[in-house]
Amino acid sequence: MAVSLREYRARIKSVESTKKITRAMELIAASRIIKAQQRAQAAAPYARELTRAVSAVATYSNVDHPLTTEPEDPKRAAILIVTSDRGLAGGYSSGVLKEAERLAEKLRGEGKEVDTYITGRKGVAYFKFRRRPTVEEWTGFSDQPTYDVAREIGDTLIGAFLSEEELASEENGAGVDEVHVVYTRFRSMLVQEPTAVRLLPLEVVEGEERPEAEDVLPLYEFEPSAAEVLDELLPRYVQSRIFFALLQAAASELAARQRAMKSATDNAEELIKKYKRIANQARQAGITQEISEIVGGVNALADATAGSE
Amino acid sequence: MSDDLLHVELVAADRLVWSGEAKMVIARTTEGDVGILPNHAPMLSLMVDGVVDVQTPEGETWVAAVDAGFLSVANNRISILSEHAEMSHEIDLEKARADLERAKSAGEYETEAEAEEAVRHAEARIRAVEKAS
Repeated sequence: MAVSLREYRARIKSVESTKKITRAMELIAASRIIKAQQRAQAAAPYARELTRAVSAVATYSNVDHPLTTEPEDPKRAAILIVTSDRGLAGGYSSGVLKEAERLAEKLRGEGKEVDTYITGRKGVAYFKFRRRPTVEEWTGFSDQPTYDVAREIGDTLIGAFLSEEELASEENGAGVDEVHVVYTRFRSMLVQEPTAVRLLPLEVVEGEERPEAEDVLPLYEFEPSAAEVLDELLPRYVQSRIFFALLQAAASELAARQRAMKSATDNAEELIKKYKRIANQARQAGITQEISEIVGGVNALADATAGSE
Repeated sequence: MSDDLLHVELVAADRLVWSGEAKMVIARTTEGDVGILPNHAPMLSLMVDGVVDVQTPEGETWVAAVDAGFLSVANNRISILSEHAEMSHEIDLEKARADLERAKSAGEYETEAEAEEAVRHAEARIRAVEKAS
């Protein structure tokens, strides 16, 4: 009995230290979510102004740009999957990966080949384990992405989209006809949903923040020319969309981690309670046994002396 | 919005750097320096790495260093968009000088273009500080 009591106490201790860790991770994630949300808010003015500028150019000029032109016969598609660098975030990464698989399946069904681009170590590990090729991977920033990363990813994807189809091969990922992004959208602290959106060819969304009635887009003068402005504007627009996706994913990851760690902490508490009861029972049983042994011994002794007299 | 003032928003990719009223804004576009006064015709133009001057109604001058980006003017509202933008008082002059030296001595950057970009960026920041002081 004494042995099992010791075992239970060791188990309680180990669960307690696990609880301390999960509790700490929960608090860290909670404080970082606020920062991630602030970052997302701070990036909003840039995205808003850029969208305004793009829709201004799109509305007042009839310039065709390769980034907005639909290819006639799309044969290859690229998917950028935004996952996390670290685990312990519940179903966060697997949710995104599932959504990506669904999208890839759909694209293959339409007769397109699929190239995969990944950010985040979890997604990279997922693909490596299944021995599936990826074109390019970026890791090490999933909970606080910077704009420079978004720019690099954007340039790579635009490069793949614009490059000649003849160069297409498994490794270099050239000649892609469309680009999709799969990331987790941060709806609220409780709801984050994996979403897939098509990034390229661009559809300029003019309705996102509808200008007020008197605030009609003015007739702009373009310097040096509408085509050149568009040339500079569109890649930035793509980058800013990617940056937005990364920021949303970061906030979602932290929210998912906070929730996962909260339930882990709750579970640890449950376990500790359960083990404490069992340990107390074992302790009580041990005491009862000792008493009954003593009483038994005394009785036996009393019987023996009574018998000898 | 007042008729003879410009409302300026200086926006970097990750934050709003400065916003407020101004009498005049001077920026460097691909075509050369432009000065923008209130009631300017709507314009959308490309900027190169350089310095943006904002003169406020109180007679103060704010100077910012910006990367290549855009300038859009409409209805007395100017937005200056740049991936990286810094106000002159946020710039560490020593660090900018050191960056310039490093960029000039090259070796650190993979391509010539990258090194040139770093030089231009560092120079713009130093100019911004010098202009402000």
